[in-house]
Amino acid sequence: MTAVATTHATEETARKIAELIRVSVPQRSLGRDLRAVSIVWRRELLRFQADRLRIVSSLIQPVLFLLVLGTGLSRLAGRGLPPGLSFNTFIYPGVLCMSVLFTSLFSAGSIVWDREFGFLREMLVAPVSRSALVIGKCLGGATVATIQGLVILALAGLVHVPYNPMLFLTVIGELLLLSFTLTAFGVAVAARITQMQAFMALNQMLVMPLFFLSGALYPLNGLPRWLAIVTRFDPLSYIVDPMRHAVFGHLSVPAAATASIAPGITWNGWVVPDGLSLGIVAIIGVGTLFLAIAQFRKTE
Amino acid sequence: MSDALAVEVRDLVKSYGQIAAVRGIGFEVKPGETFGFLGPNGAGKSTTIKILCTLVTPTAGEARVAGYEVVRDRDKVRQNIGLVFQDTTLDSYLTGEQNLRFHADLYGVPRQQVEPRLKQVLDMVDLWDRRGSVVGTYSGGMKRRLEIARGLLHAPRVLFLDEPTVGLDPQTRSSIWEYINDLKQREDITIFLTTHYMDEAENCDRIAIVDHGKIVVLDTPEALKASVGKDRVQITTDDDDETIAELKARFAIEAAMHERQVTFNVEEGERFVPRLFAELSTPIRSVSVARPTLDDVFMSYTGKTIRDAESSAADRGRATMMAFRGMRRG
Repeated sequence: MTAVATTHATEETARKIAELIRVSVPQRSLGRDLRAVSIVWRRELLRFQADRLRIVSSLIQPVLFLLVLGTGLSRLAGRGLPPGLSFNTFIYPGVLCMSVLFTSLFSAGSIVWDREFGFLREMLVAPVSRSALVIGKCLGGATVATIQGLVILALAGLVHVPYNPMLFLTVIGELLLLSFTLTAFGVAVAARITQMQAFMALNQMLVMPLFFLSGALYPLNGLPRWLAIVTRFDPLSYIVDPMRHAVFGHLSVPAAATASIAPGITWNGWVVPDGLSLGIVAIIGVGTLFLAIAQFRKTE
Repeated sequence: MSDALAVEVRDLVKSYGQIAAVRGIGFEVKPGETFGFLGPNGAGKSTTIKILCTLVTPTAGEARVAGYEVVRDRDKVRQNIGLVFQDTTLDSYLTGEQNLRFHADLYGVPRQQVEPRLKQVLDMVDLWDRRGSVVGTYSGGMKRRLEIARGLLHAPRVLFLDEPTVGLDPQTRSSIWEYINDLKQREDITIFLTTHYMDEAENCDRIAIVDHGKIVVLDTPEALKASVGKDRVQITTDDDDETIAELKARFAIEAAMHERQVTFNVEEGERFVPRLFAELSTPIRSVSVARPTLDDVFMSYTGKTIRDAESSAADRGRATMMAFRGMRRG
């Protein structure tokens, strides 16, 4: 009796197995981690696409700065600028950086959202490395933010900046670097925060000081000493400055004139080369990325 | 590997400070079995399931899932289990299909197998037609079904369902159980579930009743109910007094009137009823046989109802919280 039952059970199982799609999951490997990076990255893009309101809302502020504030202040501020250079053009590199600022941090903040709604758990219990998840998230945030920046980049003609492919490539590269660093920073912070309101409040506290102290709206030379020192500690300064050099290099304004209002960041009189500026941002980016990974290794 | 036990737990202990949530649990689950952890909230069910799913590290003891040790071979365990948590873990901004594809990539399901498997699991829970809808538009029952489909996508050896029907209305609850019973037929899988609903525990092959961090008793639902004792038979007849006398004389059964019916307890009630019809001289108008429920079982092993146990567990839960806070301060 038992034997019969067993045989029957075996046949039953065999039949079931025949009908099943046999899924055999391979061992963990670099290839699998890369696939995880890629799907986390793609999810960011999918969610960005689905959220039209967010795309529009995060463009409003940079557009207001560029077209309204820039135009409105140009009569006043224009007097200090060399002839042929309008105030809108002067703040254009800064506004480009601003356009990725909000989106990067918002992307990072969606981790808090994911935790609140449980999806983070789906990711954390998967048999992939935490670094794959964090890297995917940072790349996703960087991509989405840079796409946002492209919209502002498309407005170049309005502020008399030429549509030059080399210039665009340089700017896009710099925006990617900036937004990757910002997302990594945001993710490291978000790892410890459980409520979206708290993250948003923290954002508000950080974004405006970062922006105003970066020299996005004014040249970094000839400042009062206290302000000069503080601006040197704002990481955003080290991306605005090289971007300004890139943009001004393609303007039909005499080089000597632009040099007077974009002399570069100085450390105690020494001019920091653009390469070093970008290197500093990259180092901060990689550093915060490792910090973010370490934070996520600790959770659950 | 296939003849290895699906779940193997020995002397498992998990303490939070002074408070022991799990106090020496041991059991085995065979492949293909549906195994249930039944107990009140706060009895240690969730902690045990979290240890088995590699989300919590045990304080002492050993646990193996699909043949792998949960602490040492964490990733291998994760590879071989499917998880459906109490709270939903779906991305409600993505479609059902996108949620599943995300899972397939994260778990490394071979690319050529993703399409057919996706269709298979979505068909199983009747969501193939709704795969393109954003999950935010799904009902509670549909979300749970999608999570079950997702839990099966990477063909795990063991599927963990932590309170799979909690928070759902009774109708949806029973439909979720139809899907679970259906997937048992179709998939070559072991199911480990926790519940504090007695009626749901009856869907299991074997049940462990847990209370105060320990297994009180472990057996099949039938055996558990049998161990509690007899079925309750209620009959109405043309002459109830005569029937009571006859039952005593002929079958040595003490019967009494309850709810205006002749009521008595007897082993294997449904086998006894035909004899009753054959041998009782008084005509019978109606018969009902009630088997003991798991509520009766819980009561007989713990001396209290599940509801009572839950209120005392809630007290202990508060004590745990306080111990936590104390630890943090200290």
